Formats: sequence, structure tokens, C-alpha cells
Amino acid sequence: MIAVALALALLGVWEGYAQLSGIDEFVLPAPTAIATALYDDRVLLWNNFTVTATEIGLGLLVAMVLGLACAVAIHFSTGLRRGLYPLLVGSQAIPIVLIAPLLVAWWGFGLTPKLAIVALVCFFPIVVPTRDALGRVDADLRKLMRTFGASRWQTFRMVEAPAALPGLLTGAKLSVAVAAIGATFAELAGSDAGLGNLMLKAIPQFETARAFAAVLILSGFSVALFGLLALAERRLLPWAHQPRGTAP
Amino acid sequence: MLTRTPAPEQAPQDVETELGSVSLRDVRKRFPARRRGADAVEALDAVSLEARPGEIVAVVGPSGCGKTTLLELVCGLIEPDAGTVDAAPAALMAQRDLLLPWRSAVDNAALALRVAGVGREESRTRAAALLDDFGLGEFRQARPYELSGGMRQRVAFARTLLSGRTVLCLDEPFAALDALTRQEMQDWLAGALALAPRTVVMVTHDVEEAIVLADRVVVLSPRPARVVATLDVDVPRPRTRTDPRLVALRERALRELRA
Repeated sequence: MIAVALALALLGVWEGYAQLSGIDEFVLPAPTAIATALYDDRVLLWNNFTVTATEIGLGLLVAMVLGLACAVAIHFSTGLRRGLYPLLVGSQAIPIVLIAPLLVAWWGFGLTPKLAIVALVCFFPIVVPTRDALGRVDADLRKLMRTFGASRWQTFRMVEAPAALPGLLTGAKLSVAVAAIGATFAELAGSDAGLGNLMLKAIPQFETARAFAAVLILSGFSVALFGLLALAERRLLPWAHQPRGTAP
Repeated sequence: MLTRTPAPEQAPQDVETELGSVSLRDVRKRFPARRRGADAVEALDAVSLEARPGEIVAVVGPSGCGKTTLLELVCGLIEPDAGTVDAAPAALMAQRDLLLPWRSAVDNAALALRVAGVGREESRTRAAALLDDFGLGEFRQARPYELSGGMRQRVAFARTLLSGRTVLCLDEPFAALDALTRQEMQDWLAGALALAPRTVVMVTHDVEEAIVLADRVVVLSPRPARVVATLDVDVPRPRTRTDPRLVALRERALRELRA
């Protein structure tokens, strides 16, 4: 309730300032102007939204697959842990602004460079919690599996992999916001469609309200995706949210 | 929560006829220092221990005297530095139930069967039958977090039994439970073992638990552990805690522990 009231108050102040100060509409569009753009340009926005949503969704999926594989590899091999972890941290420091145009130059205006960039920014926040979840598996549980005669693979499949899933989903939730930013950057670097592309074109056309509408949609999508992942977590992994103490 | 714990009414179907034995002779084990400059930890100093097929042997000793090390040796999880360990394949049941939170009670109990390559349906059928015997029939589908501590330990015990190992190593199996539930579980375990005989090596620091359950009680010294006394408990089952013979043996064991 307080959040809604606060948001409404801010919108009111914003609307009042935009209307009364005589500021140009392409410098700061009023909330009502953004709402109008949202409605008038709905087909245009929707068509570009589907492009960006695909980039974010698929990119996140690629990052989850690679992140899981990498976390498992690091978990199993001390050598990889020592060698790969610093490289991973290093890869996070590569400025996307620099690498995005290069990837576009290599792979063109299509989906591939966008997926690569979204996966690159999402990869690290997925690897870290997944690998931590694998590392937290009880050593006594591994001993127990050994007394049952379990192979390393069986222990992984029955004990470690399920235990890593909450980490994987936490990582995916952390990645949603950076995925949206990554996709926008990738589109700015070179694209023929998408919300980032739309923003890039809207500003010089003095269609600032349309650019704001695109931002609004992107934020809304991130929130929805986050909610979807949280829902999946509660549905698929109910045990991960229960206290481990004595039950009633 | 206090749960009624009916004793199993019929023997689980998978009772093995050939029970294994355990024999440790002059076993020594030391662990290298954890930090540089620290001393190596001497855990066991020439410990000998014998469990004949179907016998229940309890090992009591002060905290940190190397009891868990002893069980890990029996289970083949670690190798002794000296001496010999001769034991049939053994299954370990720890103080914590170590149930997998994402598996239902029946699937947890079936874990060892699944590891052994038994099909999903058959594993479930056998695990469900054993849970019924253990008075957990209506909790088959419950997740571990929905069960009480005593119930979880019973599921863990079902899982241990279904491993098909004829030697069971119990590592303070009831230490994490409250006193009332612990007594109830001890009586329950005595009943379960009467119906599904196994060779059992259990370690505990609860002398009463050892005397009530075991055929023989081995008393260990503080670290490095040596055997200071072996007490035969020649009291027929079912036993009552207040039996004067048991009370006398408990006093003796406590004296040996303090010596």
C-alpha cells in the first residue's frame, strides 16, 4: 500500500512538473504522454518487445545451461577451481560496451550476438550460487552413499544435482535484471529490431515518450520474469523453503 | 511431539539369512595435523573388537574418543594405519538422519535399493512395506520436513535396513532426539532388531542405551582410544530398564568410564 501511494505521489509530482514548467516534451515527457505512447504505439512496441523478450529468455536459458555445467566442472575438479574461477571473475570485468560491437561484427545483426552477451552477463551470477550449493552438500551424505556402494555419478545424480537446483534458480533470479540491461546494450551495438533498437531510434526522432514506454515494458518484463522464476522455485522445490528443524 | 511407536508386527521381507561378522584386531589410526605446528591426532590405539553374526555390540566412550572413526573403519570408509579390519559389507546410520529433503519418506527409504539398481516401482513397494511395519504407513508420501525427529530416524533406519547389508553401524543414532523420544526409539529399535536380526555395531555415549540394547558393551578410554573393559549383557529380551542386573551393569560401565 505504501509503495503504491509513494509511486502515485511521485507520478503526480512528475506530471505536475512536466505540465506546468513548460519543459519540452522530448526532454521530459509527462507520465500521461508515456501512457498515450504506450497505447498509440502498442503494435510497434509489442513487435519489438517479442524480439527482446526472446533474447532475454533464450540468453538466460543458455546461461543456466552453461552456468550449471561450469559449476559442476569446478565442483568436481580442484584444478579447474583454481584455474577457471579467476578467469570467470576476469570475464565479468570485460566491459560489455566494448565487446558488444565486436560480437556484432563477428556474428551480424541477428540473435547470436545478443544471446552471447546476455549469457555472458548472466553466467557469473548463476555459477557462484550453484557451485556454493554443490559445495554445501553434507560430507556425511556422501559417506552414506559410499556405504551403499554408490558410484560417483549416482551420488551426483541422486544427491548433489537436486541439492544444486535451488542455487541455480537463485542465480537465475539474480540474473534477470542484468539480462535486460545486457540485451539492451547488445541491441544498441547493432540490431534491426528490439526495444533497445526502438529506444535508439526514438530519441533522435524526438519520440522520447515512446522510449520511456519501451523502458517501462522492459522493467515490467523483468519483474514478471523474476516472479515466474520465484513461482517455479516454490512449485518445483518446496523443500528448499522449509525450516529444517523439528516438524509439528 | 510424542508419537505412538508401535513395534513392527511382522518381519520385513528382506531378512538376510547369512549375517556377517565384524572383527577388528589391534587397530591403530592417527590423523595428520590440520594446521602446521599442531600435533597429529591419535584416534585409536590398538583397539580390538569382535561382533559375531547377529550380535549387537555397543561401544561407549567419552566424547571425541574416536568412536566415529571406529565405525568408518568397519564401513571401509577409511583404512587403518596398523592392525586388521575384517568386516562384512556394512551400512552406516548417523546421528543426523541425513534424509534427502526433496524425496518423500518412501523414496528416502528406497534410496539404497535405487543405488543398487532395483527398479523404481519395486523399490517403492519394498520400502512402503517396511514403512508400514514401522508404523509410518500414512506418512509414506510425507517429505522429511513434515516428520518428527523420531519418525525421521525410523525412515533412516528403514533405509539402512533396505541397503541389504547384514552389518549395521549405528553412530549415536538417537543422540539428536529429546530424552523421551530417545527412550521410545531405543525400545522400538530393540523390537525391530528382534524381528529383523542384524549384526550391529553401535557407538554411543549414553551408557543406559548401550546396556539396554546390546549383547556386549565395549568401554573405551579417552583419546587415543583403548578398550578398558568389555561387559557381557546376559539379560534376555525384552528387557526393562529397571532390571537390577541392567542397573548393576550400568553402574559398572560408568565406573569403568570414569576410571
